[in-house]
Amino acid sequence: MSSQAVFKNKWLPVALISPQLLITAVFFLWPAGQAIFQSFQLEDPFGLNHEFVGLENFIHLYNDSNYLNSLFTTLKFSISVAFLAMISALILSAFAEHIVRGSMFYRTFLIWPYAVAPLVAGSLWLFLFDPTIGVVAELLQWFGVNWNPTLNSAHAMWMVIITSTWKQISYNFLFFLAALQSVPKSLHEAAAIDGSGPVKRFITISFPLISPTSFFLLVINFVYAFFDTFGIIHAMTQGGPGRSTSTLVYKVYNDGFIGLNLGSSAAQSVILMIMVALLTVFQFKYIEKKVAY
Amino acid sequence: MVERRPLFSLFCHIILILGILSIAFPVWVALVATTHENTAFATGTPLWFGDLGFSVFSDLLSNQSTFNNSQLPITQMLFNSMVMALCITVGKLTISIMSAYAVVFFRFPGRMFAFWIIFFTLMLPVEVRIIPTFEVITNLNMLNSFSGLTIPLIASATATFLFRQFFLTVPKELFEAARIDGAGPIRFFIDILLPLSRTNIAALFVITFIYGWNQYLWPLLITTDVQYYTIVMGIKQMLGVVDGLIEWNKIMATTIIAMLPPVIVVIAMQKAFVKGLVDSEK
Amino acid sequence: MSVKHLTGLAVAATFLSAQVHATTEVEWWHAMGGNLGQKVNEIAADFNKSQSDYEIKPVYKGSYAETMTSAIAAFRAQQQPAIVQVFEVGTATMMGAEQAIYPIHELMKATNESFNPDNYLSAVTGYYTTNDGKMLSMPFNSSTPVLYYNKAMFKKAGIKSAPKTWQEMEDVSVKLLASGAQCGFSTTWQSWTQIENFGARNNIALADNNNGFDGLDTKFKFNSAPFVAHIAQMAKWSESGIFKYGGRQSKGMPLFYTQECAMTMGSSAGLAGIQENMKDIDVGVAELPFEDTLISTPQNTIIGGASLWVLRGHSSEQYKGVAEFFTYLSSPKVQADWHQFTGYLPITKQAHTLTQQQGFYKTHPGTETAVIQMTSTKPTVNSKGIRFGNFLQTRDIINEELESVWSGDQSAQAALNNAVRLGNEQLRRFERTQ
Repeated sequence: MSSQAVFKNKWLPVALISPQLLITAVFFLWPAGQAIFQSFQLEDPFGLNHEFVGLENFIHLYNDSNYLNSLFTTLKFSISVAFLAMISALILSAFAEHIVRGSMFYRTFLIWPYAVAPLVAGSLWLFLFDPTIGVVAELLQWFGVNWNPTLNSAHAMWMVIITSTWKQISYNFLFFLAALQSVPKSLHEAAAIDGSGPVKRFITISFPLISPTSFFLLVINFVYAFFDTFGIIHAMTQGGPGRSTSTLVYKVYNDGFIGLNLGSSAAQSVILMIMVALLTVFQFKYIEKKVAY
Repeated sequence: MVERRPLFSLFCHIILILGILSIAFPVWVALVATTHENTAFATGTPLWFGDLGFSVFSDLLSNQSTFNNSQLPITQMLFNSMVMALCITVGKLTISIMSAYAVVFFRFPGRMFAFWIIFFTLMLPVEVRIIPTFEVITNLNMLNSFSGLTIPLIASATATFLFRQFFLTVPKELFEAARIDGAGPIRFFIDILLPLSRTNIAALFVITFIYGWNQYLWPLLITTDVQYYTIVMGIKQMLGVVDGLIEWNKIMATTIIAMLPPVIVVIAMQKAFVKGLVDSEK
Repeated sequence: MSVKHLTGLAVAATFLSAQVHATTEVEWWHAMGGNLGQKVNEIAADFNKSQSDYEIKPVYKGSYAETMTSAIAAFRAQQQPAIVQVFEVGTATMMGAEQAIYPIHELMKATNESFNPDNYLSAVTGYYTTNDGKMLSMPFNSSTPVLYYNKAMFKKAGIKSAPKTWQEMEDVSVKLLASGAQCGFSTTWQSWTQIENFGARNNIALADNNNGFDGLDTKFKFNSAPFVAHIAQMAKWSESGIFKYGGRQSKGMPLFYTQECAMTMGSSAGLAGIQENMKDIDVGVAELPFEDTLISTPQNTIIGGASLWVLRGHSSEQYKGVAEFFTYLSSPKVQADWHQFTGYLPITKQAHTLTQQQGFYKTHPGTETAVIQMTSTKPTVNSKGIRFGNFLQTRDIINEELESVWSGDQSAQAALNNAVRLGNEQLRRFERTQ
């Protein structure tokens, strides 16, 4: 960045950046500050009585097995979504890369789930997975699976994982395809002359070369599964059955917005903010390094 | 391609077609469902079209059948979604490109600090800070307004960050040449930087339009006036029927209507979108 | 088009705000979806037409929980509606917020609106009334759990009449399974039907302090022997296919619609949905079963549904409008119509009588079952209602724990012990914030 040429203007940049700073301060920093304040309070829903309770909300979370379970659920969910969405996208892009004609056509038909709202995706798949009327449920029953996501937590988990994966494949596909296409053809040709087939070439040549993209996508997929799947869970399971699909973000919403336990919800928000800050630093460092290189 | 193997190529096509079909499957079922009476699902969802044709769609769109309880016709919801998505998109692009320009092409006190503040918001979703943000909105008297629906959502670091990444790749020579020609910062921005950023703007347009269109919890919380309801909110409300009947055929029709605009945007602007998105991460 | 449209909106907005001077607007936030929502709009529109001083504006705010939270969030921001519909489990929370709510008995007195609490069905209003008989909120849509059964499937199994006791539930289910049915019975709203109303029906306490009516230091005791025995039995039935769980709230209804289960326990207001979904199938409505080892004459059941709360912070003009609207809403004609259309209970005696006179119960068999079940006995402390702070969370806890029983992960005793322990934590937190 230091090599970048700059204008020597004092006030213009401030004027340019101030709208964004102002909005950030008013709609992000102020509420974040309020959340921090609230996390040290015990309060009735209407905000009529307050009591300063110090770290009690946090201690309670630390001792709450539900919170730890939710963390575990989130990790299980995120790892599954990231893994499935990346693998399916990688497979599809590997095949798409081999196709001489028509790859645009395939891209068009693979790209669109990206545009579907999480809540809309949830509603679409819910219709398929409905235990009494859903098509997929019927199919599974035919295979002898007693499909019941309203009772079976593993089924519910699969349902939200599949829906979340479905939505994320497009994004991963685009990046993998671009990365694969940028692998130098000469490398493939040389290997082909040595007699290695497409599968071997993919493993020995393409895969190592796209690893930076894979790593980038891993981070993006995790962020997606952590934060952007709220609508899917909200439409499909509302965190149930039991608490089996209640991720950390869903729990913040549920405890604060439905359960009206504002102190605990705020404390959870603060923990998430710290996680976000760490992720941000991590991603920033990583991307910075990539830019420099 | 390196070598020609017709069989392998055929295999590739088959895999991809299978991929496309399985991804499109939910929409197929949804589309079929709209052509049946709601009672048809009690005995299992049909996989082929029924005899209602497009009447569910046409009833919804001609506002003859208001769904659920909303007093608002679906076209009005679509209009609200459109206004909201466009305002967020335009607002976000404008303030992001401005701040990215400031960060990259100027040196001023607090520059890095400002950048970090913006960056921090990158991943803090609305859901997590919803109640405090709601209180801020009320203090500012922005409930039930398009400004309340949009302004809090236009500050996001993603767009700023992507523009910054792109600006960093603009050749130094271009900048020097412009300065020698006597172009000031504003002229440089308008005459050179904006045209260069076309692809990125298009890509971000797609991303932010989809983001704006797909909002749910935010509009739900800050609108108490049905006049501002959006289409995505409408779907959730149709699903949340208490002691009543879920009207699957209408829900699926609304679902399809709700996903069409963003899907059209992404497909229509596919080329720029893919290029802008993928290049910016390189 | 968009600019033109926007201008149109602006003009419309100006026009609307100009009208405000003529009438006093009263906002009413509710959670009535589907055809119920349309009915709500109709009621409001009829009231608005009936006079020219006030305009009731119904606003749909999503689910019950979303409606309540939005109203509370709005109150914190001083943007609250005058009337908000709150589901029964939110009652204690609303009651606790004394500075936020305007009790009905005070409102009616302050606005000189004639109001006689004795006209209302005590089994309904008891839930929303203090120990000294003061009505706090206006009952609106109250239902109670009943037993629905599929007459054709009963006939096929050679069963003559609907089961009355839990023992008969088992016997009937065994016959049904033998005749080829896939499942005997299902239930919706499990905490409400299998815990809360199991207590009421058999006259056993869910908690001390008269089910929470007498104070905030209440402790749950629904892990006592009768509850454990009931849940353990259902778990056993769940293994043998007699009982099948279909999900929280009313998500289990399709099991009944698709004739997988021959019986289900659900809200009396679900009858319209059943008839809609089972057009050619004859469905009977029976009273909720009771446990004859515990009680010989079953008690009334407790209600579910929601009531209308008035929030403070509005002008006396608006409160006058609210009071007039409530009088209108309680009038026999409106109530009878609402009762007949929705299957919710009538809230006044007159509405019940009017419905009888109109011959509605004769032409619509099954619709009176719930009313009879509610009114045939005098409510006891165990059946007049419950008042637990943060009960929404406790219901979720009960849902979660029961689900772990149905899936075989936990014994009934362990699950109910857990639910009581976690539920008590909720009560203590509520106590502290009051």
